[in-house]
Amino acid sequence: MLQFVLKRLLTSLVVIWIVVTTTFVLMKLCPGGPFDRERGLPEAIEKNISARYGLDKPVWRQYGSYVGSLLRGDLGLSYHYQGQSIGGMIADKFPRSATIGLLSILLSIGVGVPAGVFSSVRQHRWGDRLTMLITIVGVSVPSFILATLLQYVAAVRWKVFNAAGFAGWRDAILPALALSVYSLAFITRLTRSSFLDVLHDEWVRTAYAKGLAPLRVLVGHVLRNAILPVVTYLGPLTAGVLTGSLVVEKIFSIPGLGGFFVTSVFNRDYPLIMGVTIFYSILLVLLNLFVDVAYVWLDPRISFEGGETS
Amino acid sequence: MSPGRLIARRFIGNPAAVGGCVVVALLALFALVGPSLSPHAYDDQDYDHMRESPSRQFWFGTDEVGRDMFVLIAVGARVSLEVGLFASLISLLIGVSYGATSGWFGGRTDQTMMRVVDILYGIPLVLIVINLMVILGSGLQNVLLALGLVYWLDMARIVRGQVLRLRTTAYVEAARALGVGWRRILVRHILPNTLGPIVVTLTLTVPNAIFTESFLSYIGLGVSAPNESWGTLASAGARLEFLRSSPHLALFPAAAISLTMLAFNFVGDGLRDALDPRHVGKSS
Repeated sequence: MLQFVLKRLLTSLVVIWIVVTTTFVLMKLCPGGPFDRERGLPEAIEKNISARYGLDKPVWRQYGSYVGSLLRGDLGLSYHYQGQSIGGMIADKFPRSATIGLLSILLSIGVGVPAGVFSSVRQHRWGDRLTMLITIVGVSVPSFILATLLQYVAAVRWKVFNAAGFAGWRDAILPALALSVYSLAFITRLTRSSFLDVLHDEWVRTAYAKGLAPLRVLVGHVLRNAILPVVTYLGPLTAGVLTGSLVVEKIFSIPGLGGFFVTSVFNRDYPLIMGVTIFYSILLVLLNLFVDVAYVWLDPRISFEGGETS
Repeated sequence: MSPGRLIARRFIGNPAAVGGCVVVALLALFALVGPSLSPHAYDDQDYDHMRESPSRQFWFGTDEVGRDMFVLIAVGARVSLEVGLFASLISLLIGVSYGATSGWFGGRTDQTMMRVVDILYGIPLVLIVINLMVILGSGLQNVLLALGLVYWLDMARIVRGQVLRLRTTAYVEAARALGVGWRRILVRHILPNTLGPIVVTLTLTVPNAIFTESFLSYIGLGVSAPNESWGTLASAGARLEFLRSSPHLALFPAAAISLTMLAFNFVGDGLRDALDPRHVGKSS
């Protein structure tokens, strides 16, 4: 087990390194310098700015010092918010996004898995059909449209929630709802299909034949075998929530990392774009690592030494 | 009955899938002739009729600068279909050649190539698209390119799996024994037999690309003014003061996006069920 974890940890590090290098190269490919807007500055000042951000050095030295400071946990300085550290800004904005994101992940799993189980048990009956219909609508309606709709109905019309801003946990509910609908629907379908795969296995029939209560069979026996695809989906789920947050935070005017990232794209704040991309990627790579380990731990059929979890 | 007809029969027996097809066809028609149905041109601005609700003169109302929403939505349909079509074609090209190469050569080549795909899977694709958009700049062509460059992963995986499976079949062995080159074997013998999964993946890539374009346009990174797409229209209409006074501004683009996504998802699901009967009723 330890060997497997170490091996996966190593590949994760390689992945992160590749992400860092790629984003660095991409940002260097961007046309125009970051301070083009301030053309007409005296040469001495321009030189000073370049020196401050290390832009006067050759690219490979810039890369070296970027990776070097990254290893010390330093993501560098923003171009737009002059002199502010990117790490500090992320630390400031991320908790709000994380609150909303966690809430929506909990919602997707907490509602999606039971709904999928329900649907699989009632296969081909109206309860199942209705659930499937709702879920295909759920995977089709984009989060930004749902967010607008929720904002209009629940905040503008009914005035139950605030339409914008983030003052307390209540303000996390609408954005979390908007973010979770796609993954909730997807998890419902996923759970249903993997339950259907297992439900008709002979050992399930045996469990019923022994006289176990239906709920006990479902939770105690089927769930452990059928939940694996849902566990694997945790990575893409988080990626989806993260992506959705870019637009949902903008709609609800939440001062989180997602909306901030979009603004930084408009400001062409390259170090900030790079920093947030790397931060998100590290988050996801670590999560995927965790998922892989959880998978191996949950599924007795996979050996610890193999390392292949596909 | 030939397998082709069997598949067609199963597909036609699925009302949701057929309905999806009808909607897609209507959508294509709407995109083609829609703009000429209305007496107003795409960039006609009528300052006496701004943010007006749907009426006989303006079927879908007007936007905040007095343009006819019906024409805007029709032009948006063009954009969306173009994006869906071309982005998935680019992804088809990359995905199939990548997957086929990986599967055909197998061994170490395969391992390395699939490792790359695994790595890309680990990064949120929209982040890569956004990073690409930063470099390429906004605009429809760049959106197409960025999407196509990113959305080939599923295709590569599926084609690779199929090629790996078919590589050892008797007819491929026979072709090899006759001295047919590997490119020709892939194109003439293997790929036609993996058409099913390829088509399914392609149909499911289309709504994905359409969604991402409208997403990018919504946050302002997709098509740029004066061009409009459903994403930019939805975003313009979603401002709080507009939602209160003229909800039609957000309603029409939102409905258009959702309906299109729904239709393509139904078609994709239906195709998959028709091609793989074991899969019926349990889509994931």
